[in-house]
Amino acid sequence: MALKARHKRFILIGIGLALIGLAAMLILNAFQSNMVFFYTPTQVAKGEVPKNTGFRIGGLVEVGSIKRGDDGLTIHFVVTDTAKTVPVLYKGVLPDLFKEGKGVVAQGKIAADGQFVASEVLAKHDENYMPPEAAAALKSAQQQSKTLVMPNK
Amino acid sequence: MIPEIGHFSLILALLVALVLGSFPIIGAARGNAVWMGLAKPLARVQFILIALAFLCLVYAFAFMDYSVLYVANNSNSKLPLQFRIAAVWGGHEGSLLLWALILSIWTVAVSLFSKHIPDDMRARILGVMGLVSVGFLLFMLMVSNPFERLIPAALDGRDLNPLLQDPGMIFHPPMLYMGYVGFSVAFAFSIAALLGGQLDAAWARWSRPWTILAWIFLTVGIMAGSNWAYYELGWGGWWFWDAVENASFMPWLVGTALIHSLAVTEKRGSFKAWTVLLAICAFSLSLLGTFLVRSGVLTSVHAFATDPRRGIFILAFLVIVIGGSLLLFAWRASTVGRGGKFDVISRESFLLANNVLLAVAALSVLLGTLYPLFLDALNLGKISVGPPYFDAVFAPLMAPAIFLMGVGPIARWKEAALPELALRLRWAFGISLATAVILPLMLGNLTPMIGLGLFLAFWVFASSAELVYQRLAKSDLPLLGRIKANSRAWWGMVIAHLGIAVFVLGVTIVKGFESEIAVKMLPGDVAHLAGYDFTFDGVVDRIGPNYQASHGQIHVTKNGVLRTILEPEKRLYTVTNMPMTEAGISPHLLHDLYASLGEPLEGGAWSVRIYHKPMVEWIWFGCLMMAFGGFLALADKRYRLKRRAPSKEVKSSQQPKNSKKAKV
Repeated sequence: MALKARHKRFILIGIGLALIGLAAMLILNAFQSNMVFFYTPTQVAKGEVPKNTGFRIGGLVEVGSIKRGDDGLTIHFVVTDTAKTVPVLYKGVLPDLFKEGKGVVAQGKIAADGQFVASEVLAKHDENYMPPEAAAALKSAQQQSKTLVMPNK
Repeated sequence: MIPEIGHFSLILALLVALVLGSFPIIGAARGNAVWMGLAKPLARVQFILIALAFLCLVYAFAFMDYSVLYVANNSNSKLPLQFRIAAVWGGHEGSLLLWALILSIWTVAVSLFSKHIPDDMRARILGVMGLVSVGFLLFMLMVSNPFERLIPAALDGRDLNPLLQDPGMIFHPPMLYMGYVGFSVAFAFSIAALLGGQLDAAWARWSRPWTILAWIFLTVGIMAGSNWAYYELGWGGWWFWDAVENASFMPWLVGTALIHSLAVTEKRGSFKAWTVLLAICAFSLSLLGTFLVRSGVLTSVHAFATDPRRGIFILAFLVIVIGGSLLLFAWRASTVGRGGKFDVISRESFLLANNVLLAVAALSVLLGTLYPLFLDALNLGKISVGPPYFDAVFAPLMAPAIFLMGVGPIARWKEAALPELALRLRWAFGISLATAVILPLMLGNLTPMIGLGLFLAFWVFASSAELVYQRLAKSDLPLLGRIKANSRAWWGMVIAHLGIAVFVLGVTIVKGFESEIAVKMLPGDVAHLAGYDFTFDGVVDRIGPNYQASHGQIHVTKNGVLRTILEPEKRLYTVTNMPMTEAGISPHLLHDLYASLGEPLEGGAWSVRIYHKPMVEWIWFGCLMMAFGGFLALADKRYRLKRRAPSKEVKSSQQPKNSKKAKV
């Protein structure tokens, strides 16, 4: 009887561990396949971005670049990190704080014609707030321009 | 002058908390009754001091004292009074003060309702809560002082974030904090049990109502937040898997596991160490959540660069609380005992499985929330993990947990028989499976997710019906008598479980059958969605106290009959220059009609989003049912305060024994 109880406990622990292992696999797998990477317009221009999976870009909405289609919902605009630019196409209603010259983050894919087709446009709720990704893009562009200038000095 | 009084009483409160966090605990270890006896009065003094500080800050907001930096940053003379008062907890410093106030309220409540708890245990519990209070008060006084002066004073304030200028925001944070901080009671009970080496059924019975009460507040708080996001953000969503939401959801998941584990500890004496660990985790996650949301780390992990002391303090505090309590757990867990044995097939096993699933779910949320922050902090790149990850993880983790909700309450403690369970649940299983296939076919959309969701919802309905039927059928009493024959705690469980079913049903239907359109509309234009005609009547200008609004009107007809009028609004808050969307919603038991204004286009046209949300209200109604179930459980007879003489005798006889144990 004692042996039997012990066996049972081993079985219970074994099943438990197997299930937890399975859950861990599931979670890590889901995590890996749903990670969305962030790229700067400079990286997009260099072609460092994935072709078929979605990613995020960030920067400023270039002043004077917003163009609306006749339906009022198709919007073209340009995202810049002050060094390079990416044309973006978005269909839908833009968030409240989407403005020319302000920070923006867009999620989507790059189309064959080099246009970034956004499925989602994010601009957070604060006049002075810059989405962290957008701020990072600007900063790295500035740093790169610095390193380019350095050798000439 | 008033702000200085507030500042000074915070300093006094810190001193009181220091004494509360040391003398009673040492007294409990040494068996010094006088030192232990300090805990109760100190808890009350601490509450009065912190409440005074809080009132001083409320005063500064209400009477617009812009020489206080925090007031100047979060209020404005045009802000209506109720929002000026809610602005007290609209920012980092004030919300910490609210946290400390709520902690002192819980501490006083424990000191008031603990007459039946042994003196040494009570001294340790209040002492641990005092230590937590020390951490928060120190943090406030050192790096986040809400009473800091601004010299020269500002002429006017910068205004409260318009997103927070909403009735929902007045109640949501205090509710959530009542939940977060409420877990500090369960935490203090656990630390006291580890220190004293005493953890028995009585301990579980004392700590259960506190834990359930905290869980109720957290449930209602999260519900209010979700409801707020639904009508305030204008995107028709009710849950975004946003880091802020996840921060409140993680303690809820662990807290839910905790109340189930406590039930086993009380009824069967098992799961003792696990219960203690869950209590530590629930409170640790509450702390983490508070800091994640309020420290600005989510906006940017580099936000601390402007004030690195805050970040270092927070990290140190988390390390001390979490690390310290886990160390204590590792050292003392063996003293609390193991409890009764149980079979592989038993109610204990089902509850254990439920606990593990909830804990794993909480871990998966933690991973998705913190991993991007870590990568960013270490400059290893920027990633984001959105709703697809959480959706992919949650369905497979929660499906078995919800399935077990049907089995667990029916299974016997200690040893259950699978054939008997299968026999009792065969009808419930058949009915829910049939409903899961037939209902979506009738509604014209059968997908695996809809089928699964409906199956789980009806499985909980049907198995609960079977459970209630079995309990009520085997009796000769009249119906009311039969209902009363079962404890309120048991009915509470049934209703909370039904709440989960209502919630799952709402989520499934809204995810499976919602529809939306985004259109450009001129006044007089008609949009069609889900059989309804939405006619845009145009927009008029309105002036609010601190904003200008474009007030839209959309009348909705079905087959020519007027159903409702939606009034979405676009506001521009003038001080912060922030636009805000106020959705127009017509709530209904079976479906919500929802419209929000996008942006003005040329010629008086607007871009408009229109949503049809079937059964979305059930999501929040389900949460309220869970909370109500919790209240019923709280109202159970066995938690009533007993002021009988025998309990005192037990107390005095236990005392020396416990103090001896503590010394070992």
